[in-house]
Amino acid sequence: MKISHWIITLSFLFLTYSGYEILMVHPRLYWGEVGNDLTPALFELPISRNYKHGGWDESVPFFDNAESPVSSSRTINIFNENGWGRSLHFISAWFLVITGLIYLITGIVSSHFRNHIWLKLKEFSPRLFLQDISAHFRMQVDPATNGPQYGLLQKTAYTFVIFIVLPLVVITGLTMSPAITAAYPFLLDIMGGFQSARTIHFFASVILEIFLFVHLFMIYKSGFKKNIRFMTLGK
Amino acid sequence: MKENKIFTRRQAIATGLTAIGGLLLPGCSKPLPPTYGKILRMADLLTYTSQRALLPDQSLVKEYHYGDITSFPATGTTNPADNKLRSNSSEEYGRLQKDAFAKWHLSIEGQVARPGKYSIADIQKFPSRTQITRHTCEEGWTAIAQWTGLPLGHLLESVGILPSARFVNFYAYDGWKDSIDLFDAFHPQTILAYGMNGRSLAIPHGAPVRLRVETQVGYKSMKYLKRIVVTDEFSEMLTPGFSWYAGI
Repeated sequence: MKISHWIITLSFLFLTYSGYEILMVHPRLYWGEVGNDLTPALFELPISRNYKHGGWDESVPFFDNAESPVSSSRTINIFNENGWGRSLHFISAWFLVITGLIYLITGIVSSHFRNHIWLKLKEFSPRLFLQDISAHFRMQVDPATNGPQYGLLQKTAYTFVIFIVLPLVVITGLTMSPAITAAYPFLLDIMGGFQSARTIHFFASVILEIFLFVHLFMIYKSGFKKNIRFMTLGK
Repeated sequence: MKENKIFTRRQAIATGLTAIGGLLLPGCSKPLPPTYGKILRMADLLTYTSQRALLPDQSLVKEYHYGDITSFPATGTTNPADNKLRSNSSEEYGRLQKDAFAKWHLSIEGQVARPGKYSIADIQKFPSRTQITRHTCEEGWTAIAQWTGLPLGHLLESVGILPSARFVNFYAYDGWKDSIDLFDAFHPQTILAYGMNGRSLAIPHGAPVRLRVETQVGYKSMKYLKRIVVTDEFSEMLTPGFSWYAGI
């Protein structure tokens, strides 16, 4: 379990790095199946010189009507490091998916999820949650317990990341593959199209990055050395 | 010195990882498509082999309605006759363009029983396929267009590929070179397109004939076709740095 935690961490850092590079190549996000420099974007991120997508020839309509879709030629060389960016993204994704599956199976078989990660029925109490939330606001963090005696919000955050956000990021990633959606077109239907999958992929990764920062902050607050020692040597 | 005879969990994991590494190494010397040696390319090879092994045979990509057709950027080479380009075929393309590609021929050679040259009229004599599909660019954008063309599989059957054939290599007027395997070459939606959105293919989009490989990312759909060579060996010809297999 601990080794898979670190392999997943490393893959995630490489995925974030290469994912950022891939986003720099086309820093516009859309909804639906289609989005490109000639169609309106949901929003555009001010990263890389490809921001504001300039450098296009005059538009030529495909059909003889006013609303006809158009064609236009790109006249500038854009920033594009996808040659290594995509390959680094996919090699890290392989590590994440294979290790993630081993982690999930081990977690279920060893009852780790049931004993330590999932909330118990009696813990679904607004009073307990309010207590934990107010403790967090007052920055009262219990020292690490050298073992998984996790708090309520902590368990909720882990469950959300392990069982919702990480699977979502993998499924939306697969939805962007032309060969995989040829075999399983329902992926495009449930995600609402290729560009929707890309946008969800982006937001899911942002949630994971926020989780990483909060996670690191909590580790620091509850005793950095002790936590790291527990997650590596196990003592 | 006392030797530690206890086989710890950590040692077991280290041994296991070494063994997996040993299993991966022979994979590097097999005559499989993408180039190995490079760590990054090993994952592309893994994607290629696992997609070929796990995905069902020749599923068709999603086809859209006529009303779904969208604006379509032309990127990369948008006219091979541009003197900015260093391709040797640039001048030749400029000449062909002047009489609407009447003198253009697509040459088919290599491991085929009947090599030959095909004009646009020859290509249009074959039964055609029209499909409305989504172009997925590695940059991140997509566009939907209607493509009309000759399924590559029909042409390969007609020239009779030899049993030793394994790869179909393409050469373009803008100097681009690339190849696909026979699995993708015989995919029903892999076509040599001469029509786009009901008109003749325009120059920015690859006139007179371009390839459409719908099961892979956009850069595999080569524009400005000049020559097709069927080979029994894989040779990496794509611009260095880009993955040969782009089904993902």
